[in-house]
Amino acid sequence: MSEIIEQPRYGCALSAQQTVLAIPRALPIIHAGPGCASKAFSFAATGAGFQGEGYGGGSHISSTNTGESEVIFGGEPSLEKEIKGALKILDGDLFVVLSGCTSDIVGDDSISVAERFAAQGYPVVGTETAGFKGSSYYGHEIVVKSIIEQFIGDVKPQVRHGLVNVFAVVPFQDPFWRGDLEEIKRILTNIGLEVNILFGNGSAGISEWRDIPNAQFNLLISPSTGTEIAELLEAKYQTPYLQYPILPVGGVETSRFLREVAAFAGLSSLPVEKAIEKEERRFYDYFVAVSDFIGEYWNNLPVDLYAVGDSIYAPGVSSFLVNELGLVPRGVYVTDEPQPAWQSVITETLAARDSRLAAVLKFENDGGAIEMDIREKDKNAGKSIILGSSWEKFLAVDVDSLYAYLSLPLDEIVILNHSYMGYSGGLRLIEEVYSAVFKRKTATSRSIV
Amino acid sequence: MSIYKDTAEVEIRERRLDAILSYRGDAKTLNIQSKERKVSCPGSFYSQCSQCAEGCAETITYHVIDAAVISHAPIGCSVGVSPRHILGRAVSKNRGLPEHKVQMISSNINEEDTVYGASKKLLAAIYEADKRFKPRTIFLQASCASGIIGEDMESIAKQAEEKLHYPVVPVYCEGFKSNIWSTGFDAAFHAVLRKLVRPAQKKQRDLVNIFNFAGSDTFIPFLHKLGLQVNYLIPMATLEQIASLTEAACTAHICETLATYVAAALEEQYGVPEVKVPPPFGIDWTDEWIREIARYTDRAELAEQVIIQEHERIQPELEKLREQLKGKTVYIMSGDAFAHNLANIAKDLNLNVIGLSTLHHDLHFETKEQANSLEALIKSAGNIENVRVCNKQPYRIIKVLQDIKPDVLLVRHPNLAPIGMKLGIPTLSEGDGNYSIGYDGVLKFGRRLLELLTAKKLFVNIAAHARLPYSSWWKENSVDAFDDNTQDNEQSIVI
Repeated sequence: MSEIIEQPRYGCALSAQQTVLAIPRALPIIHAGPGCASKAFSFAATGAGFQGEGYGGGSHISSTNTGESEVIFGGEPSLEKEIKGALKILDGDLFVVLSGCTSDIVGDDSISVAERFAAQGYPVVGTETAGFKGSSYYGHEIVVKSIIEQFIGDVKPQVRHGLVNVFAVVPFQDPFWRGDLEEIKRILTNIGLEVNILFGNGSAGISEWRDIPNAQFNLLISPSTGTEIAELLEAKYQTPYLQYPILPVGGVETSRFLREVAAFAGLSSLPVEKAIEKEERRFYDYFVAVSDFIGEYWNNLPVDLYAVGDSIYAPGVSSFLVNELGLVPRGVYVTDEPQPAWQSVITETLAARDSRLAAVLKFENDGGAIEMDIREKDKNAGKSIILGSSWEKFLAVDVDSLYAYLSLPLDEIVILNHSYMGYSGGLRLIEEVYSAVFKRKTATSRSIV
Repeated sequence: MSIYKDTAEVEIRERRLDAILSYRGDAKTLNIQSKERKVSCPGSFYSQCSQCAEGCAETITYHVIDAAVISHAPIGCSVGVSPRHILGRAVSKNRGLPEHKVQMISSNINEEDTVYGASKKLLAAIYEADKRFKPRTIFLQASCASGIIGEDMESIAKQAEEKLHYPVVPVYCEGFKSNIWSTGFDAAFHAVLRKLVRPAQKKQRDLVNIFNFAGSDTFIPFLHKLGLQVNYLIPMATLEQIASLTEAACTAHICETLATYVAAALEEQYGVPEVKVPPPFGIDWTDEWIREIARYTDRAELAEQVIIQEHERIQPELEKLREQLKGKTVYIMSGDAFAHNLANIAKDLNLNVIGLSTLHHDLHFETKEQANSLEALIKSAGNIENVRVCNKQPYRIIKVLQDIKPDVLLVRHPNLAPIGMKLGIPTLSEGDGNYSIGYDGVLKFGRRLLELLTAKKLFVNIAAHARLPYSSWWKENSVDAFDDNTQDNEQSIVI
């Protein structure tokens, strides 16, 4: 991992304004310089496949736009005024204050200001998310943990059997989060669970967040970000959690995932197996159908795989492409600076899927270093595919490799209901990887690359 | 008092140009009050996100050919590099230049750095940029964090220059210093003037400096008609172009907000005259602009010929467009000055400009002689009602649009188009600042508006399903209720 960063792949902690926006009818209040909210939005929403302002994002985001006077005299009065204004003007169920570099360096106590409103019964939560404190992944955990601590608070859980809270991809930082969460909810509901998905269209919003303590268990689909959330919930509400440390993509991994979840939940296996069988039949019907194409276009298809993405996404996608499509892993670049303990989880998980995956795994947050590494390795460029961001697209075009989109920034694609997660996501990934053959030149069944 | 001062930083716009961020009234009153330096600026008890000076400085520094940029900041400040890179590629291709790659490294300031300082990291980033990109100049972009912790970029730049033997150029564009984001343009231009511009070796009598955003190539074919050459500045310019911009016959720009500082400084310091009429948007302004350029390049006669020929050439289509667009109402929301440009085109197409909102307003410019596009617009299009100064603030603008219901909304900045679209108003985004210049610009603008209006069903569909995040109190009250009169003040009061 690098100290300096070329071609950034994540925003700063304040980008977690997008985590707030991912909760239906929750609204962020930014206590930071005038450009912070706009920059975070441009990267994590516009630059993530044009996801749009939604209900209250984009130029609607509340911000104190702190200037010289706040830096010199302190910004707490401005924040107080801004929260008051937001409560009057906006129509939201939850307001989360996120502070930026200016306010955190000059020492504003944004959390206390928020707490004063909360004490009067307003749904206001305070967080300190200065950009220098960490990345958007760090900010995401801070925001979720703060909502749990300050908004849900110390309640006595009324445990409901079969209810699960899901903590998986980081909204917006995963450009496919909307589709991914829909697929997770769909497959978990299929095996008989009641799902608090918490973010996106499939979430009931604040009532669902209030319901978090009542879950039978928490499901963490991540080797990294989210771990501290699951630990907090275990400590606070004694809710056990299951960590599934790799994103389930495709038939093999998703079925394994569902079996593990079902066992943890204590679901009876017969209906679970029936649901899995049905899903697998559908998945492999499609899968086998593409074999005609594979046979005819074999000479155009990629052999080598490079994947650039975060620790939640890149390993799962790579494992599927290696284990089910037979690609050869040449580089798996994890860009989100996972903590050392989390790095071991990622390495072990990948090694268990295919030792070659672990062998080519690199933790690197400097896009420039990733580019140099791929340029050096990719001597078989005509036969490789690079999965990654807009940066990898340009690299792929330059070295004559194929490409498909996987991670931020994504400035040249419109993403709506798209996902690489689960059974449906696996099918979508097959479409993307094989269609890549036609994106850059005319491929025919006669051409040999 | 001189415009350019040999100091590290240029004064912010609030103090230098008495820039304001709020006003409500009509165009004439704003112009009169601006001259008297007595504008009523309602305060506000609530605000939505703005933009910062650092972002504006980027639009210049990221796009200098053979230069690299160090963002001396936490990572969030430089996340815009990817779309800039894509823009650079697109514009260089459009202009027939070698592919431009943005070369940026972030020093990635972290918590420890805010305590112990980040100078070592900055130096490391500079030397890494030197190794990776082999640039011939490195810009150092300041940030809120680097500014508040007191990073000494001057001495670091000096230290690096001694080792690298090429300019290392600090740009003081800290976001918190000014709530007028275009202060970032001044910061970048000041840095360029300080470190990269050289006195003229020779004069090029047919060369015109055009300060623009990273816009498309419309000026070369346009000025070719006058037998003139174009020096596009600064995006996509080489270091040689920048060093020798003092050789040009004159300096013009597409927007006062962008370039009045650099243009005035060039005239003062190097005797390169600035074109002192509004930029060439709309027919009358284009005529005057051509005449003014011709004055500095000794081709008055040719200019008059070109004007006559061009008027004749566009007349048939212009008449048709006017007929088709007659009476349509438009509202404009754009930067100070650029909104005036768009309004001046709209009036040529018989559109009815029923209001405009500029994102800030400078009460005056660097010199008394510089063009005042607000005044020029009033002169050419008459007074305009519903004029506002407002740094985005959709909670206010939506109210205005709901009240006056324009047929079309024109915008130029990111995240503004949805405001109109969610209300079902066909909204035209003027992304490329060079696109609508000159006589053809008026025609192209008219054609695009007609295309836009054919998609009316789309906008109606969006509005039918969009929800706005505002309270019933907001719905029930008029926009005046959002003022905070305890803050009502004259002149340059920043909300």
